[in-house]
Amino acid sequence: MSIKVTLPAAFTRHTDGRKHFDSAAQNLPGLLVDIDQTFPALSTQIKGDDGKLRRFINIYVNDEDIRFLGGETYAFQDGDEVMLIPSIAGGRG
Amino acid sequence: MNYSCSRYELKCNECGKRYGNQPLSACPDCLYPLELAYDLDAARGIFTKENIAIGPANIWRYISLLPIPEGFQPDLPVGFTPLVRATNLGKRIGATNLYVKNDAVCFPTLSFKDRVVSVALANARKFGFDTVGCSSTGNLANAVAAQAARLGLKATILVPTDLEPAKILNTQVYGARLVRIDGNYDHVNRLCTQIADEYNWGFVNVNLRPYYAEGSKTVGFEIAEQLGWRLPDNVVVPMAGGSLIRKIRKAFNELIYLGLVEDKPTRFFGAQATGCSPISTAVKQGTDEVIPQRPNTIARSLAIGNPADGPAASRMIRDSGGWAEDVSDVEVVSGIQELAETEGIFTETAGGVTTAVTARLYADGRISRDQITISCITGNGLKTTDALAGHYQQERAVRPRLADFDAYIRELDGTHETELATAGAN
Repeated sequence: MSIKVTLPAAFTRHTDGRKHFDSAAQNLPGLLVDIDQTFPALSTQIKGDDGKLRRFINIYVNDEDIRFLGGETYAFQDGDEVMLIPSIAGGRG
Repeated sequence: MNYSCSRYELKCNECGKRYGNQPLSACPDCLYPLELAYDLDAARGIFTKENIAIGPANIWRYISLLPIPEGFQPDLPVGFTPLVRATNLGKRIGATNLYVKNDAVCFPTLSFKDRVVSVALANARKFGFDTVGCSSTGNLANAVAAQAARLGLKATILVPTDLEPAKILNTQVYGARLVRIDGNYDHVNRLCTQIADEYNWGFVNVNLRPYYAEGSKTVGFEIAEQLGWRLPDNVVVPMAGGSLIRKIRKAFNELIYLGLVEDKPTRFFGAQATGCSPISTAVKQGTDEVIPQRPNTIARSLAIGNPADGPAASRMIRDSGGWAEDVSDVEVVSGIQELAETEGIFTETAGGVTTAVTARLYADGRISRDQITISCITGNGLKTTDALAGHYQQERAVRPRLADFDAYIRELDGTHETELATAGAN
């Protein structure tokens, strides 16, 4: 079982310029563990001090927001295309 | 691809880092959205009531608090739309101090998006982009297409597949390349973030977003100036991405800081359609956590299911002591009709949302009748006439004879011939 993960350009300085990689993760928490091991610097960038994914990152699975699929409980299917995209907003204030 | 400027620069409000001026929307370190920070103290003595009063009758009278690069001479008379005392609408909904900020007549493309686009494209030019674009629910597409044409920039615009025909035509007529995406706005927006990574284009609401968003402040500046340099008690604002409502607040705060208005705790009220109400839901639940929705409403210009500024908007509304409401599509149409019938202002579906929500807020006692309240109308009804389909019949043609006309009017009024004869004799 393998999924294809796509990263935005903003993340690639921590992945030696790689925008795509394959992962055998079963679900989102598994993917974060995988990133932790493979790209530790990226892991620091995308997770907050609480160890959770930062709020300004959206995860899509085959064009669908993972939150519509059950979020962390969604079980990745073989061949799923998973995208991490920073949400674009104006900040607080 | 970047420029330096002493008046303003990009800043991360999370980690505090500053990034000068470049096409960048998120902090490279912590991914927090970037915003423009001004040297407000340097603006003191420049951004004054007197200087503003002698400025042009458009948003450029506020240029010293807008991120417009040195040397760029904006010449489109954007904004400075009427603030209309809504006495008739007020009578209907129980309000004695209600105003409509009417961006249905904003120049050049009849929505408040003209404001944000004019600021974004000034920067697109400065950054050296020759192609600009956007993801849009319609009004933004129109504004980018028109203003890009005037500036001699190429435009590629991405829209959801179900957009109203008038908004598509109002984009294509300017010669812009329009790409319909088989999905909703959230799909389009996500694709645009990827395109901005791959193509060297200036996307007004992606890599130019911090600049773009600042243009919304002009709604707040105008409201304060048009009220005689004072702040209202309440502002009711439609919410799609959640940016406008926050920027009106930012404008008010800047005016307070610079002493142009007295400090006043203005309350902010957000308006959404129930069929796409992620932010109003969050406000009602008292949380910053905005759960995305799949939009299903005729108010397509507000149909953003995963609003980028939603969490910040929810927090700001609650901090201000305000509230958010959402209304059904039936109420949206009634809102359009009510504003047209009482004030002679024809707004699009988003304005129907705002008007219906404003009425609800008075009915529920969340706004009291004598408070100064602004209802922000952001777009023009001519763009969404399909929302009124079936509500008005095309009447039969009447022969050009007085007798036929008389008979026809009697038929419409259901009156008797004798009554008309009496009226005619007087």
